[in-house]
Amino acid sequence: MGRIPGVKVMTPLLSVHDVAKSFTMHLRDGIVLPVVEGVGFEVHPGECVVLGGPSGAGKSSLLKMIYGNYGVDAGSIVLRHHGQPVDLATADPRTVLDLRRDTIGYVSQFLRTVPRVSTLDVVAEPLVDRGTGRELAQGRARELLARLNLPERLWSLPPATFSGGEQQRVNIARGFITAHPVLLLDEPTASLDATNRAVVVEMIAEKKRSGVALLGIFHDEEVRAEVADRIVDVTAFAPRRAA
Amino acid sequence: MTQPLLRVHRLSKSYGARMGCADVSFELWPGEVLAIVGESGSGKTTLLNCLSTRLEPSSGLAEYRMRDAVWRNLYDLSEAERRFLMRTDWGFVHQNPADGLRMTVSAGANVGERMMAVGSRHYGTIRSTAIEWLGRVEIAEDRIDDEPRSFSGGMRQRLQIARNLVTHPRLVFMDEPTGGLDVSVQARLLDLIRGLVADLGLSAIIVTHDLAVARLLSHRMMVMKGGHVIEQGLTDRVLDDPREPYTQLLVSSILQV
Repeated sequence: MGRIPGVKVMTPLLSVHDVAKSFTMHLRDGIVLPVVEGVGFEVHPGECVVLGGPSGAGKSSLLKMIYGNYGVDAGSIVLRHHGQPVDLATADPRTVLDLRRDTIGYVSQFLRTVPRVSTLDVVAEPLVDRGTGRELAQGRARELLARLNLPERLWSLPPATFSGGEQQRVNIARGFITAHPVLLLDEPTASLDATNRAVVVEMIAEKKRSGVALLGIFHDEEVRAEVADRIVDVTAFAPRRAA
Repeated sequence: MTQPLLRVHRLSKSYGARMGCADVSFELWPGEVLAIVGESGSGKTTLLNCLSTRLEPSSGLAEYRMRDAVWRNLYDLSEAERRFLMRTDWGFVHQNPADGLRMTVSAGANVGERMMAVGSRHYGTIRSTAIEWLGRVEIAEDRIDDEPRSFSGGMRQRLQIARNLVTHPRLVFMDEPTGGLDVSVQARLLDLIRGLVADLGLSAIIVTHDLAVARLLSHRMMVMKGGHVIEQGLTDRVLDDPREPYTQLLVSSILQV
């Protein structure tokens, strides 16, 4: 691939190449459920790529593969990690954990809560894990929770009993608190009201300006139109069903 | 350049014709928490007992990087060296606290005893450190002179953890640490273990049949069946995308609440 004169070539932060994934259900007589094949796209610094396609097309599964929750059958998922390309698809567990600490963040649809840990600590934890002092991290957590209009009286409580929208805002704060260069978003605005949706849209715009590569799923068309630089249609990666 | 803390190579243990655990190999790194899961009789406890030198394996080796950075095969250590390791650089948290505590001496003495094993002699220092550790495991200072016999199950387990961690071990073995406790007590204990392991940068090997415990505490997990490790990897990948029929069965058998 030669460089085109006059066009600035940027290195992608995430490149997915020829990824295929299926599930083998051993408890269902070993039937094989193909999910995707031939997946390929790149995400560059400062852009937000949105995965498009109907429910069941494999969008969430794809995010889980890129975060390493799901293994893949073939292909590569290359992240720029401390300036070096690292293939998450074949990385050992320690490397995947390293990638998650420093390079790739993920705002999942649902918050997995830990008993007894306060909201403030849930949000501050990713920063503390990366060596930021607890007080500083909590200060940053307070800013984000305030910005997302989560009532201050909830901050000292564990989020287990919060409403869906409240938990989602905790999850967003937790995902946005770090400066991960790659951020995956699985429907971060699904259970938010208009005011908070607007806050999240603004936060995504800020991430873009600071050069983060974002990859997300947004069913809300208004939000999608506001944040998406490009849409990757996941139905294009539908497996050609054999037999 | 960091190095592993423990390297296990083709470890097997058989009881006559019956296989306890077979051909297990893995590395454990500093700060890493490894969960060993499987049902009763899968060999997970046999493996833990071999790793902690409470059992002699039939074959294979386990190399440990000592505090002086020298690698030693655990099964070549003298009895005295092994005991010293157990009392200082390692912890072992038993499912039943009575197996890891001295039930007829005070809570403070249970913690202080481990400190004396690493050379602490000053009564005031021992007592103040014991108070500090009781606090870390959420046991009130005024219980320091009580015997663990008078403690609830959850408190006993927290005391056992304090006793193990007071010497700042680098590696802690845990055998079903939350087994037999009420769920609310389990949650508190899990949160406590999770916090301590992270704060102290401990390496830990946790045997559990409870996948939720593995998910909450471990970075990596090994699934055992019939003495063999049948699947291993990043904890959330093994749980979210299990490959082996047996692992799929285990994961699909979790009751949702």
